[in-house]
Amino acid sequence: MAENSYVFGRERRLAPPPSEQGTLHRWIDYRKHVDSFLRAVLDEAIPGGASLAYVFGSGLLYLLLSQVITGMFLVLYYVPSADHAHTTVAYITKEVTSGSFIRSIHAYGSSAIVIVLLLHVTQTFLFGSYKGRRKLLWLAGCALFALMLGMSFTGYLLPWDQKAYFATTVGTNILTYIPFVGNSLKSLLRGGTEMGTLTLSRFFVLHVFLIPAFIFAFVAIHVFMFRKAGPAGPVQGEPETLKQSTEPFYPKQVLYDLIFAVLIIAGLGLLAHYAPVELGPKANPADTQYVPRPEWYYIPVFQWLKYWESGLAVLGILVIPAFVALLFVALPFLDRRPERRPWKRPVSVSIYGFVFIALGALGAISHRHDLRDPSIAPQLRKQRADVETFMKKPFEPELAGPSLIAATVALTNPVAGKGKKVFDQEGCAECHGEDLTGTSAAPTLIGVGDKRDSAKLESILKQPTDAMTDGGMTPVELNEEDLKNLIAFLKALK
Amino acid sequence: MNHREEMCIGKTADISYQGCDGDRITTSSRRSFLGLLLGAGAAGLGALLSVPLFRFLLHPLLTATSSSSWKEVGSVEDLASVTSPVKKLVKIEQRDGWRKIVSEKALYVCKDATGRLCAFSSVCPHLGCSIAWHDEKSNFLCPCHNGQFTADGKLLGGPPPRGMDQLEIKIEDGLLMVHYQNFRQLVRHKEVIA
Repeated sequence: MAENSYVFGRERRLAPPPSEQGTLHRWIDYRKHVDSFLRAVLDEAIPGGASLAYVFGSGLLYLLLSQVITGMFLVLYYVPSADHAHTTVAYITKEVTSGSFIRSIHAYGSSAIVIVLLLHVTQTFLFGSYKGRRKLLWLAGCALFALMLGMSFTGYLLPWDQKAYFATTVGTNILTYIPFVGNSLKSLLRGGTEMGTLTLSRFFVLHVFLIPAFIFAFVAIHVFMFRKAGPAGPVQGEPETLKQSTEPFYPKQVLYDLIFAVLIIAGLGLLAHYAPVELGPKANPADTQYVPRPEWYYIPVFQWLKYWESGLAVLGILVIPAFVALLFVALPFLDRRPERRPWKRPVSVSIYGFVFIALGALGAISHRHDLRDPSIAPQLRKQRADVETFMKKPFEPELAGPSLIAATVALTNPVAGKGKKVFDQEGCAECHGEDLTGTSAAPTLIGVGDKRDSAKLESILKQPTDAMTDGGMTPVELNEEDLKNLIAFLKALK
Repeated sequence: MNHREEMCIGKTADISYQGCDGDRITTSSRRSFLGLLLGAGAAGLGALLSVPLFRFLLHPLLTATSSSSWKEVGSVEDLASVTSPVKKLVKIEQRDGWRKIVSEKALYVCKDATGRLCAFSSVCPHLGCSIAWHDEKSNFLCPCHNGQFTADGKLLGGPPPRGMDQLEIKIEDGLLMVHYQNFRQLVRHKEVIA
């Protein structure tokens, strides 16, 4: 490392004496710093030479950049409120030019991060690159792993569709397993005891401000420590031969990294174009049938939770996962032998392999179960059909402000428009309000079309109920056509 | 890698300082050519990737926000008696991004020289302030930059580039209907914008 470290001022020695320095020189001198910075970046020595095994870290950096950019663009149209989130995501998906593509790149990007992250961790593990002076580097990586899981968990809720709502309801409920503070933590995260618009705001802040800030910080720490420690190189080889085959990062490794980035771009691009991410119907908390399923990489954990019944749940849901996580984080402190060759480290490699095979098996069991369980499979099929139906419907803009509902109804439905005139002529607004939201004398009429059918509306208009008469409602005397129009208007007030 | 080799990576220009041999210079120029190729490739890829982002960004500029249809202003009978311009409001349904809104737009119903009804948009063709009718002065005045117009919308003075924008009207079943539209500001001739 020492022989390869750069002194940024070194190149100044080549500069003319200070007396000759002018503005131009200062500009060049500034460039010289850029040059030496670039060199420090590009000439990093890789013992044993460039390798395709080392592309995952830079692949993750590229994916992070892609998520930041697409995320920033999505916020151009997204509104984090329970009222509008679903509409705005539907708008992005169905109407905005390239909206579905960019949303898909962002959503698939999170899956890509999980995959590349697992490859990165596996490479680091198999190469034993966490050993020796790279302990802190490993710890910073673990923090990034956790932060990334936090990103995908918080991002999942933001579209506020059925899947998002119910999966997050279950996900946040898991916190209640934590003894003593579980319930308080859940309420803190949700912004109340129930899921609602405050939950969405909190998840948005976590997803867009807080977690990314930590990710940037830890990426900086991770990369800095990596450069401090230097690349670990191959798992075996004589120090002399490794030294001889040492290559700088540029050009070969840069080329490999770029090839990997292009593969990621192509993969995400094709997927986003040919199989864009869908959006389901808006979250309906009253739905009792909905079977939520988390994102694919949480499925193994989801399946695991099924095996733990109330008494032992704390053990299965908290203690064991926490223990596995701790084992993972503490790896460089537990496995302190300098040996890096994986075939000489059978215990740690077997445990690592076992955890992955177990997770894969749990995922497979869950998938099989979902396909075969007669109480689940039809419902999941129905949910998929609901999503498809919703995706086929054209985008429906949200009506702004209840005060304008009457006017909008009148404008969009000609019969209701005539009814609105009858409503105005008859002076209904005096009691029911100009904006139909009601006054002290009479209740609101918004939503009346949902509560009563046309026949019922007709009968109570002609013969108001006692309660209505007490409030001052008089029987409406109109010719047949006006009455029909008025009812059409009331029916349209949803 | 020794110090001399390090200094030879990158630009050939630096190599003369270091006195590297010819072999190295060839390697270096091949490297900077590769660098150029990689840089150009990355820039091209970046440009390609930014196409959907630009389309996404520009979406609102490429779609119409308001639907144009005829709106009812009032009965011709009531309006027949107007002697000076009267302000009327029409409700226009509009797409505001992902919302559907109904906004009220002001217009003036006037009589032209021949005594026929006409309608003017109250939006100033200068910078879009709301023009108001002043009975005591018998003219239209834009409060922002003192644009002045006659009772039939002609430009009297001030910075506006043209007179008030006349709106299309028609009479149906004894009702005055108006086709409300927006017009481009700061141009000499009336030009409809979506």
